[in-house]
Amino acid sequence: MNTRLLKSENIIASSMNNGKDVFLLEEGAEAQVRTLLLQKTKLDLTAPHISVKNLNVHLQKKHVLKDVNLDIPNKAITCIIGPSGCGKTTLLKTFNRLLEQSVDVKIDGHVFVDGEDIHDKNVEIINIRKKMGLLSQRPCPLPMSIFDNIAYGPRIHGNRNMKELSRLVENYLKAAGLWDEVKDRLHSPANRLSIGQQQRLCLARGLAVEPEIILGDEATSALDPISSKKIEELFVELKRDYSIILVTHTLRQARRIADYVVFMYLGEVIEAGSADEIFNNPQKELTREYISGAFS
Amino acid sequence: MIFGTHTKYRVFKDSLARRIMLGLTVFSLLLAVIVGLSLYFKSSSILHEHSLWSLLSGSSWRPFKGEFGFYPFIMGTLWVTAISIFIALPLCILTSIFLSEYAHPYIKKIVFPLIDILAGIPPVVYGVWGILVVVPFISEKLAPHFVEFSSGYSVLAGGIVLAIMIMPLIISILIEIFAAIPKELRDASLSLGATNWQTVKFVVLRKSLPGIVAAIVLAVSRAFGETIAVLMVCGNMSAVPKSVFDSGYPLPALIANNYGEMMSLPLYDSALMLAALILFVIILIFNAASRIILTRIERRFAL
Ligand SMILES: Nc1ncnc2c1ncn2[C@@H]1O[C@H](COP(=O)(O)OP(=O)(O)OP(=O)(O)O)[C@@H](O)[C@H]1O
Ligand SMILES: [Mg+2]
Repeated sequence: MNTRLLKSENIIASSMNNGKDVFLLEEGAEAQVRTLLLQKTKLDLTAPHISVKNLNVHLQKKHVLKDVNLDIPNKAITCIIGPSGCGKTTLLKTFNRLLEQSVDVKIDGHVFVDGEDIHDKNVEIINIRKKMGLLSQRPCPLPMSIFDNIAYGPRIHGNRNMKELSRLVENYLKAAGLWDEVKDRLHSPANRLSIGQQQRLCLARGLAVEPEIILGDEATSALDPISSKKIEELFVELKRDYSIILVTHTLRQARRIADYVVFMYLGEVIEAGSADEIFNNPQKELTREYISGAFS
Repeated sequence: MIFGTHTKYRVFKDSLARRIMLGLTVFSLLLAVIVGLSLYFKSSSILHEHSLWSLLSGSSWRPFKGEFGFYPFIMGTLWVTAISIFIALPLCILTSIFLSEYAHPYIKKIVFPLIDILAGIPPVVYGVWGILVVVPFISEKLAPHFVEFSSGYSVLAGGIVLAIMIMPLIISILIEIFAAIPKELRDASLSLGATNWQTVKFVVLRKSLPGIVAAIVLAVSRAFGETIAVLMVCGNMSAVPKSVFDSGYPLPALIANNYGEMMSLPLYDSALMLAALILFVIILIFNAASRIILTRIERRFAL
């Protein structure tokens, strides 16, 4: 736990000193830093972070995910695209086993995270969920103060040291780019923040349990363009240390930030590949049509 | 022209609807005032004879001697109500948490209608059941462990019967309240690695705290006023109960029991009206207090 803590603090320190970052360029070259950050990650699929094998999901007898086989690259942004109702949310929720909260769910097949089958009997569901931070479509602050929202995760996992908690809260609020806006009102209710701020709060809250993977289900669709740009930039900064999986409806967003793209249609993964392959040279007719906007 | 005739008509309808609703609201508020005032005027003759304080704190109730002490009745009311809430509330909260957070939909389908049926059983049936089951249980099984003698007709019996009567009401309100909490909120907590129970404790209960308080207020108000079932099992002796195994005599029971002969003695009718007024005021004070608590909670917990 301590090494992870150190690691995430380093990231935060380095990502917040934008411009002064040692392994980014020299001081003051902020524009260059941005372009560097926005550069696509080189994909390495030999050791995928999440690996899905023959996954079939039935919700209330309805076959929602059909024989999904998929590898999610480590430390990169994966965008899942596809028309409404094709099973993107369902796929995301099987990753952190939140799907099991719904009624009448039948899951067959395997999902490996770091080589471990998450549906194995010996796996603690809590540890799976701790590994992944989930950002929902609409931000969903817990009914408590800003501080308590961030401290919620560490607290339920047993951290009661107030000094340490305040440090964590500050760090993760900084990581989510919210610190300056809320540092004077940490103890006011979280739901008084604007929607964009709330979404960054939720991101900070998710980071505070020190996940390895960030799942975003249309995490920017309720936000105004500026807030969603902020979140996008955060994702790009965070991908150095996290694997990020985003469901998105906006192809332009996927084009901007995706390293790896998964196209789904009616519960099936039609095609998956690097952003370049999918957007510039799709192999399947269906993908080509969707990319070109023939249907949505 | 911004105002077409059609718009004018709609605006007129809108303001008419508003006025009618305002009128009805004022009317229903006025009813409460009217009830309070008429109780006050009807009980004024006893208030001329005795000081309010001596009536409220007096313990002796001998109408034929002109002694009217309401203290035992007030205490009887408070005891029975407190016991019933004390029993009902934890059970109801746990039951409704189970039903809304843990139970299989199949169980919900069976239990929900059952609760509605329970809510529909008339009080007198609960009273009979209390006499047949609760009273003997207390006098034979429970009380001997604690006191030398209890007839079983006690504030505890009243509290238990009342608790069972108000439980369906509280449970169905609580279930509504929990159902109104968005699923995303639970998902947010769960996806941070919280257990179901942690989610209930820190998120669901917290978010529904105002609703829970409102449910308690409703239940307590109902309990204060409940007459028949309580009257049948709590013994109706005009003495202040010293333990839960003693008899009590709540205000509603006093009124209902003696209503028939209230003209037979001087000031008796006025005394019963005063009993009603006291009950009325207790409920008013309770409601006002809970309103204050509610705003405090909302401010404190930032809901
Ligand atoms: N609880 C459920 N019970 C039954 N069917 C469900 C349930 N949840 C989702 N579905 C069905 O599963 C399919 C996939 O749903 P899902 O929410 O994963 O789609 P999606 O790709 O996220 O769509 P959108 O882009 O609109 O969010 C849909 O056809 C939906 O109707
Ligand atoms: Mg969805």
